[in-house]
Amino acid sequence: MTMYAATDGAVPHVAGSEPSSRWARCIFSTDHKVIGKQYLGIGVFMAVLGGLGAYVIRWQLAWPQTAVPGFGWVPAPLMYEGVVPPEFYAALVTLHGTIMLFFAAMPILLGAFGNFALPLMVGAPNMAFPRLSRLSVWTLAVASLILLSSFLVPGGPASAGWTSYPPLSADPLWTGVSWGIDLWLLAVALEFVSFLMSGVNFLVTAINMRAPGLTMMRLPLFVWMLLTAAVLFMLSVGPLVAGAVMLLLDRNAGTAFFDPARGGDPLLWQHLFWFFGHPEVYVILLPGFGIILEVLPVFSRKHVFGYRAIVWSTIAAGALSFVVWAHHMFVSGIDARLAVPFSITTILISVPFAVMLFSMLATLWGGSIELKTPMLFALGTIASFLVGGVTGVFLGSAAIDIFLHDTYFVIAHFHYTLFPAVILGGLSGLYYWWPKMTGRMLSERLGRLHFVATFLSFNAVFIPLFLVGMGGHHRRIYNPYQYEFLKPMQGIHELVTWAAIVLVASQALLLINVVWSLFAGGRASDNPWQANTLEWATTSPPPYGNFATPPTVYRDPYEYSVPGQEADWLPQTAPEPAGVP
Amino acid sequence: MSAWFPQNISTYGADLDRLFVVVYYIVGAWFVAAEVLLLYLGLRYRRREGRRAAYVRGESWAQLAWVLVPAVVVLGLDLAMDSMSAPVWSRIKEQRPASGILIRGTAKQFTWAFAYSGPDGKFDTGDDRDIENELHVPAGENILIDFRSKDVIHSFFVPTLRLKQDIVPGRTTRIWFNATTPGRYEISCAELCGFGHYTMRGFLVVHDQAEYEKWRAETWSAGKAAS
Repeated sequence: MTMYAATDGAVPHVAGSEPSSRWARCIFSTDHKVIGKQYLGIGVFMAVLGGLGAYVIRWQLAWPQTAVPGFGWVPAPLMYEGVVPPEFYAALVTLHGTIMLFFAAMPILLGAFGNFALPLMVGAPNMAFPRLSRLSVWTLAVASLILLSSFLVPGGPASAGWTSYPPLSADPLWTGVSWGIDLWLLAVALEFVSFLMSGVNFLVTAINMRAPGLTMMRLPLFVWMLLTAAVLFMLSVGPLVAGAVMLLLDRNAGTAFFDPARGGDPLLWQHLFWFFGHPEVYVILLPGFGIILEVLPVFSRKHVFGYRAIVWSTIAAGALSFVVWAHHMFVSGIDARLAVPFSITTILISVPFAVMLFSMLATLWGGSIELKTPMLFALGTIASFLVGGVTGVFLGSAAIDIFLHDTYFVIAHFHYTLFPAVILGGLSGLYYWWPKMTGRMLSERLGRLHFVATFLSFNAVFIPLFLVGMGGHHRRIYNPYQYEFLKPMQGIHELVTWAAIVLVASQALLLINVVWSLFAGGRASDNPWQANTLEWATTSPPPYGNFATPPTVYRDPYEYSVPGQEADWLPQTAPEPAGVP
Repeated sequence: MSAWFPQNISTYGADLDRLFVVVYYIVGAWFVAAEVLLLYLGLRYRRREGRRAAYVRGESWAQLAWVLVPAVVVLGLDLAMDSMSAPVWSRIKEQRPASGILIRGTAKQFTWAFAYSGPDGKFDTGDDRDIENELHVPAGENILIDFRSKDVIHSFFVPTLRLKQDIVPGRTTRIWFNATTPGRYEISCAELCGFGHYTMRGFLVVHDQAEYEKWRAETWSAGKAAS
């Protein structure tokens, strides 16, 4: 606000300056919109790698020790003429998880959409600390390179699982492998640094740089979700960084934090990891929910139902996420008496999420729903997340978890929470904000086709995995058919792999759409969806500095179909309409 | 739904399976209701010319009741499921019987080993027997295993027993079961323990009482004493 006061309502003053050359701008820009796109580029690139990793994993599970089509070029000792050895399989399950969570989900949801949309939505000309933004995306790029470079070091990439439990990860003797784990720890630690910087920026920008009239309780819900995520991340990441330093010291300096033979305890790592790990799930989940909470009211022309209830539920879910971590450790050997209290807190989380989901459903009630692509992805997110939510209740029950822990039931469950939030929610956001980001429209027809293909194939991949898991199929098994009781499941694995191939291949529809849009797509108007929030009150794409005149906010962001108004939308920036006292 | 489960051969497995089925019907009913509602709302309130969306903010308590009342019902069901779950957990993990056949288990990359005391019923008296990758037990008796790991974390998982327990190096992990049905069942390692993780397979062999005595007699007369 002070920024605007200083410029007297003319061209907004923006800290820093833009490089003049187009190419220099692509790299050295401090503009949040460019940085958002950089995050999007890194996140999508890493997601493609993670997706290809999933394809190789799936091939091995369906047709073990046969050449993976398209991977004959990978040199030994990673693969042998396209055949996956057990070492590479362990590396892939480790890196698929690490990449998808830390290098795809967070960069896309927080990095890309957070950086792009948050300053616009609060009416600010840029992030509060533009050069910190630049540093954070560069740090992520370096972290990504370090992670990928681990394919080149002796022993290959980290292979102790994305959770890297010691002692397996603590000593090369047990070969979670060697340099790969050090690089993994370094890459993950740098990724945390990157998102700590982003989080500081989100908080300061949203708290200090809101447009006049934009009170906290008039913030778009996506901004609320980003702020909650940033706070959760800041409060939870410290213990894990401490754990990572301990593990590095154990590996390289001869300490014994996790070595029981010398007074350490392997479970210490699990406590530190999961104290971070569960809030981290919501760091990813909440922004995904935030996106669809922006999309639902716009495409049903209706006020969000229960704004305050959603905000408080979000905060409650965030707070609860700090006291549920031991549900990842029910059968780990912790004191058995701990299980029931953690079981209760875990299952309690269903209450705030129920409030959020019921509010989403209530938002649809009585709406005027238009099933454009962003809305289809948003509804698909709700439909799929419900599966993830209810299956979490089984795992939250400590007793049932004795059987289901570390089986494919768990894999299916968390993919049903994260895939809807990150991929379906992320795609909803991409289709929604693409016109604002690029000034071009995407093809509606291709978009709908992309939704149908993605939604159906995703469900075809993960529904059968619940059943496999209930059959007792455990995780991270290079060749399941060593086990007699898993042999009958090969047919299901083959089906799932075919579905996964369709899922990966159908993303080509998005690629075609994006390329078509950039070169031949129709020009986007400033506000193609007739939405109320501030990012639609400027040009598409917005200029450097975002708003030609600083916006003033008169109301909350979801005033659709207000009685007595002719239009069914009422932007946050529109002055009080005549006739309303 | 529980038809997907493997056969159950433990005394406590049926409790766990029943709990699963109860939770399945509770959350299944909510799930179906929510999906049907989502589909109904999406179709019923499709955009039509001349119809305007309702203006409902959901800020008053009267409106919020539509959301909060179901959420309170969810809370009640949560607590009900917790209270059904706790005794099952407690029986499997907290109430190891005082008496039974004691076996010493050792997990190491990538083998399960089971040590039995000899005819004197005592360990470390020179007549113990070590059996690799086969756990022989009589049906209908409490089996108590004191487990240790020699290297990394392993997880002793017998799907047919509904029993899973991580074995953490540096401590003794005490588990128990009582198998009801003679037969040969697979043991798997459920915690990633290295490149050979997938090969860490063993067998649980449940004998009837006479068979078990016969197996012991043969093992102690044929094998040499364990170190």
